[in-house]
Amino acid sequence: MPSNKTTKSKTLRDSALCKVYNFSKHRKLFFIISIILVAVSILSTFTGVDMDIEYKGGSILTYTYEGTIDEAEVKSLVESVTDGLVTVQAGDDLSSDKNSVSISISSKKGISDDAQSELTTKLKEKYPDSDVQLLDSNAVDAANGRDFFIKCLIALVFAAVILTIYTAIRFRVISGWSAGVFAIIALLHDIIVSYGAFVLMGFDIDANFMAVLLTIFGYSVNDTMVIYDRIRENKKLYPNTPFEELVDVSNSQCLRRSLRTSITTVGCMVIISIVAAVMGLTSILSFSLPLCFGLISGTYSSVCLAPQLWIVWKQRGKNKKANA
Amino acid sequence: MKKGKKVVFFIVAIFIILFTVSTVSGVSYQYADKKSTIINGVGDIRLGIDIQGGVDVTFEPENGQDATEEQMDAALEVIKLRLSSLNISDSETYMDYNSNRIIVRFPWQAGESDFDPESAVKELGDMAELSFHYGSESTTDADGNTVPSGDTILTGANVKKATTATEQDSSTGERKWVVSLEFDSDGTEAFANATSQLYSSKGSISIWMDNEMISAPSVNSVISDGKCVIEGNFTYDTAKKLADQINSGALPFSLETTSFKTISPSMGANALQAMIIAGMIALVLIAIYMIVLYRLPGFVSVIALVGQVAGTLACISGWFGFMSSSTLTIPGIAGIILAIGMGVDANIITNERIREELTVGNSLALSLKKGYSNALSAIIDGNLTTILIAIVLMGTFGVPSSVFAKLLHFLFFSLSSTTNSEIYSFGYTLMVGVILNLIMGVVATRLMVMSLSSFKCFQKPGLYAKVKKSKSVKESEEDAK
Repeated sequence: MPSNKTTKSKTLRDSALCKVYNFSKHRKLFFIISIILVAVSILSTFTGVDMDIEYKGGSILTYTYEGTIDEAEVKSLVESVTDGLVTVQAGDDLSSDKNSVSISISSKKGISDDAQSELTTKLKEKYPDSDVQLLDSNAVDAANGRDFFIKCLIALVFAAVILTIYTAIRFRVISGWSAGVFAIIALLHDIIVSYGAFVLMGFDIDANFMAVLLTIFGYSVNDTMVIYDRIRENKKLYPNTPFEELVDVSNSQCLRRSLRTSITTVGCMVIISIVAAVMGLTSILSFSLPLCFGLISGTYSSVCLAPQLWIVWKQRGKNKKANA
Repeated sequence: MKKGKKVVFFIVAIFIILFTVSTVSGVSYQYADKKSTIINGVGDIRLGIDIQGGVDVTFEPENGQDATEEQMDAALEVIKLRLSSLNISDSETYMDYNSNRIIVRFPWQAGESDFDPESAVKELGDMAELSFHYGSESTTDADGNTVPSGDTILTGANVKKATTATEQDSSTGERKWVVSLEFDSDGTEAFANATSQLYSSKGSISIWMDNEMISAPSVNSVISDGKCVIEGNFTYDTAKKLADQINSGALPFSLETTSFKTISPSMGANALQAMIIAGMIALVLIAIYMIVLYRLPGFVSVIALVGQVAGTLACISGWFGFMSSSTLTIPGIAGIILAIGMGVDANIITNERIREELTVGNSLALSLKKGYSNALSAIIDGNLTTILIAIVLMGTFGVPSSVFAKLLHFLFFSLSSTTNSEIYSFGYTLMVGVILNLIMGVVATRLMVMSLSSFKCFQKPGLYAKVKKSKSVKESEEDAK
């Protein structure tokens, strides 16, 4: 039985066992695509970003009712109870066949339980035949909201630091620090793209958004790791392989895995999104849909962005050495 | 090849199946009228308020007043007492001394269609009315409330402080816990009058909070210095509880809600149904995908995947004795589904490695061995990073008393605690899913595949991967000829 133990004389490319794609040749194209994605995401900020009341404070109350009610009447009724800025929006409650009306009150403090109780009573009195029921409510003090937001940001930064340190330690052999830093740059790319997806889909920035970002953190770094792992292994087997070849071959070897895993993970989130959309569960949809985009971006940046940036960095270092 | 190896597959597979069945149905036995649960099933999982509807409310002292830890403890006791008097049994309460916040969560009360969360919450935050009365008799007033029938001796405002203390029992010599009370000057005078009157008649004094009698000690001596102790069969906890309750009557503030969230049960029921459907579809599609792509190892990985999902549910229901049960929320289910997607990653990486080894012409046994060992470092790196993220998620969004929140406390020490139980649950299921993936997707799959490969009928490489022999192998084969 022949074995591959005689490969020492061969180059890495010959023993790749799969079609080697020339990723490095398309480097510029990848960079341009990423720059466009990031630019669009950042520019999306100007289409208007809404912070959820979880972060900015305020109240949202949703009531279900039967028959018809007058939005303007509801608005003046709410204004008689609180002094915040009131917006009233009618809609359908998909979980029951009733109509729903959503009342947002922006004020420094969330609406008090007293005021909420009063409002419910008044609405029931005003529309006695409509079976007005409180569906859900959320009232948050502005100070609580700000604290929560800052806490989430600290968590994101902290997660990034831990992952950089982890990558650096695990990949010492292939100069871990720069590898770690580029994994994080790829991550930032994914986060900005997820942010853009969130904003362009018109979801408010809320705790779901933070959960999406942190999930992308884990996933994107995971993806990049698998490729780094292969680079490390190939580097041990073929220490003298030029950098571009090392990266291209490793990347090609991992490509099937990268694609298949993203099909299963993105597939899961697509299924959740479809079911949530059909059942009208916005709270799930605002989580699963942006996550789909983040996961796709995560795979893309791991395959096309992080290793290529790393090559550029490494070769710059080499040129400097050569000049000196 | 050893004979025993063949059995391994069946042992592992049967173990996973038994585990899955017991997780789903639970194990309990009926003895006369009493049902004893040995293992919690899926039906026993505690659902978050986003599924069964409920209230999530944060209390703080009114107008941002500062409060001591004792005062906050007292305030928490009031809330607990009122929760039980409202018949709200499965509530969760959390305290954060840093920001003087009390977080209370409770589900929509079953069977109460007109449950009024607003008035319930209002009642929880009200200042407690504490009073001491002559005698321990009670009557029912016009509103149907239980009220003390004896006259009021003094109110909570007259109590300077109540603390726990230990005292030596004069007869047995054992140290025991007591509650020690101190009154202000008005209280001292009223108490002296009352005790002198009651001591002679061997009467007792009852202590009332709102409409509930929390203690009724009998009077053993006349107390004129404004300091007394209440004896009883106290443990530290029960003594502290009573002291906290008495202190609450002297609280200089009432609580206000700084965040208040209610969710109606109808909304959550739909969400649960939707997520179960989504989970089923995802599991079935991934099973088909894996079997089509990876054949025999694909089939094995599906068994492992079922084990992984069952294991995650078991960690939530409290199947394992050493883990307390957790709450399942909608994002928690999303976490389970995401872990399914990520879970097959380990199998994909491994099977791709096995395929490579087969392609270079290695024997099946060697290919499997090398495939598993080559894939391991990538799998561990990937899973560890996900676990790290899950820990950050739980530390950020968890309640202050949770392990992970304490772990990350150094990051957020200057910020008041704000929590999000739904996201905490997402982090929990994601972490548990990934850890179980290391057990099921790596260890169990390997055992099963290795065992199956020792059967003669399962030794065709084609069952493991579509093998196209590489050029170099063909060449070397020709050379050999």
